[in-house]
Amino acid sequence: MEIVFALAIGVMAGSGIYLLLRPRTFQVIMGLSLLSYAVNLFIFGMGRLRSGAAPVLDATRGADAALYADPVPQALVLTAIVIGFAVTALLLVVLLAARGLSGTDHVDGREPERE
Amino acid sequence: MIQHLPILPILLPLLAGVLLLFAADAHHGRRAGFALAATAAQLATAVTLLAAVDGRIDVPWQDGGAVYALGNWAAPFGIVLVADRLAALMVTLTAILGLSALIYALARWERAGSHFLPMFQFLLMGLNGAFLTGDLFNLFVFFEVLLAASYGLALHGSGAPRVKAGLHYIVVNLVASLVFLVAAALIYSVAGTLNMAELALVVPRLDADTRTLFELGALLLGIVFLVKAGAWPLNFWLPSTYAAATAPVGAVFAILTKVGVYALLRFSILFGQDIAPAPFKGDWLFYCGLATIAVGTLGVLATQKLDRLAGYMVVISSGTLLAAFGFTGTTLTGPALYYLASSVLGGGAFFMLIEMTERNRTAAADLLAISFEAFGLQERHESEHPDEMAGVAIPAAMAFLGLAFFSCAAILSGLPPLSGFVAKFALLKAAIAAPPAAPAEQAILLFAALLLSGLAGLIALSRLGIRVFWDSERPTPRLQWLEAAPVAALVLLCFVLAFGAGPTMAYFDATARALHEPAAYIGVVLPGSRP
Repeated sequence: MEIVFALAIGVMAGSGIYLLLRPRTFQVIMGLSLLSYAVNLFIFGMGRLRSGAAPVLDATRGADAALYADPVPQALVLTAIVIGFAVTALLLVVLLAARGLSGTDHVDGREPERE
Repeated sequence: MIQHLPILPILLPLLAGVLLLFAADAHHGRRAGFALAATAAQLATAVTLLAAVDGRIDVPWQDGGAVYALGNWAAPFGIVLVADRLAALMVTLTAILGLSALIYALARWERAGSHFLPMFQFLLMGLNGAFLTGDLFNLFVFFEVLLAASYGLALHGSGAPRVKAGLHYIVVNLVASLVFLVAAALIYSVAGTLNMAELALVVPRLDADTRTLFELGALLLGIVFLVKAGAWPLNFWLPSTYAAATAPVGAVFAILTKVGVYALLRFSILFGQDIAPAPFKGDWLFYCGLATIAVGTLGVLATQKLDRLAGYMVVISSGTLLAAFGFTGTTLTGPALYYLASSVLGGGAFFMLIEMTERNRTAAADLLAISFEAFGLQERHESEHPDEMAGVAIPAAMAFLGLAFFSCAAILSGLPPLSGFVAKFALLKAAIAAPPAAPAEQAILLFAALLLSGLAGLIALSRLGIRVFWDSERPTPRLQWLEAAPVAALVLLCFVLAFGAGPTMAYFDATARALHEPAAYIGVVLPGSRP
């Protein structure tokens, strides 16, 4: 499971950074989204990967902490998802405004001069 | 009631912002009055907090600061707010700058777009929260609050240059936020806590393997704070964003970079200066600060527009702070905090001032004027009417602007008799009297950097000032009292800082001493713990 998880994070972060460095605003926002998925998975993984362990105390399973997953990273992921979602939506609006005002989707607001 | 004081700087702007959001259609005067009242209440709260941590008024807290447990969960389990001297100081600065920028905005700029007032309140909330929080992840949340509000404010007034600069600003800060998340997650995974005081306790006990991971996390964290602080080479977004933003927004952005500086200072002391990971360590900060000063100085000399000049001034002040905090020993912290206060107030006033002087002026005028100067094309009709030039009365608005410009130039470049000079003098004096552990070249470098950056600022400011104020052909800008008052107030406050340098410096020194004893901070947050 660890290998698959690590590969997923790595592929998403790599593609995200590649797209982030591209000159078109749509590519940048896709890159940011991919990167934020990678980061969310990473935070999740920092609570140690375990299957079949709930993060919430359960009366039938007892109070032994070893039986449960760490709830803090899951709470962090939730916060990060919400914030990331909101800010990406905001960026999307700015991106459309930039497209409308400059007439191009280049991140610098103008097309590079071609040789 | 008094025990709820530390949460008020966060609650007040939150409530005011939400109410203002619903009152978008209300009468302009009423909305403005409400926003003013809310911000004035924040200033009152901040000053009370400042007096409380200084022991001036009777409070039920221990010495060293107030801890406010949110939801009444005790420290390592719940999130706490910690109002110590430094936090109270930063909150007060925020409130002063916020109130002045708000008054200035109400005269004109608030109506340049929608929802200025609520976003402004949310920005203040984020700033106050970032200064007060005692939890790493909570710091991230407040960073996001203030950044989200600042994205909206940077774009306030719209227009192609603003949207272009804003787009870069947003993308850079979004990437920084993602790095912040990775850093927080890494630090949590090895330390098992996000509470800043408990982190300070856990970090020295990490074994070698986990220590490496922790340092990786701290390295990323430091990079994030350096981006926010506008340190070279992570600051290319800063001048164009600040120049493109509307004047009141630029003014309040003057404290935004100081959030990064504050966070770096706070964490480098909590992690322990000797064992702190690289970006928090003295040497790194010092040379990073010097490079930032150098880039800011070059930018100041190269720029041909006042608003970009103000942006580079912010870069120089960030660099000076980083270099001072990175200097070996702890004696520079007090003067550096004084410099921080002075440069925030002066920088805020400067952003508002240049917008007033730049009115009625085409964007290309400055550029042309300087090109004329450079190529010696300045031979126009100066001797044609020598008699008329003698008796031209200076309009009151021009006289005010000129005086305020001169004061701001003195504050920002560090000329006597204003607070900028006192700050730089105190910094250099502390650098000379540095402990023997400090290498001599550090003091020499700091001397050179501070004096040269001051000189460059002075040259650039007087060059542009001459163009702006001694040009007899330009129309006099029309000012409103509402716009002149906050600039005058900020400049006067710098006068107060300069002439009351004794008591204020004593307060800043006490702040620095308290800051350099992290045991007190940890003891307040986690009573009964042994460092």
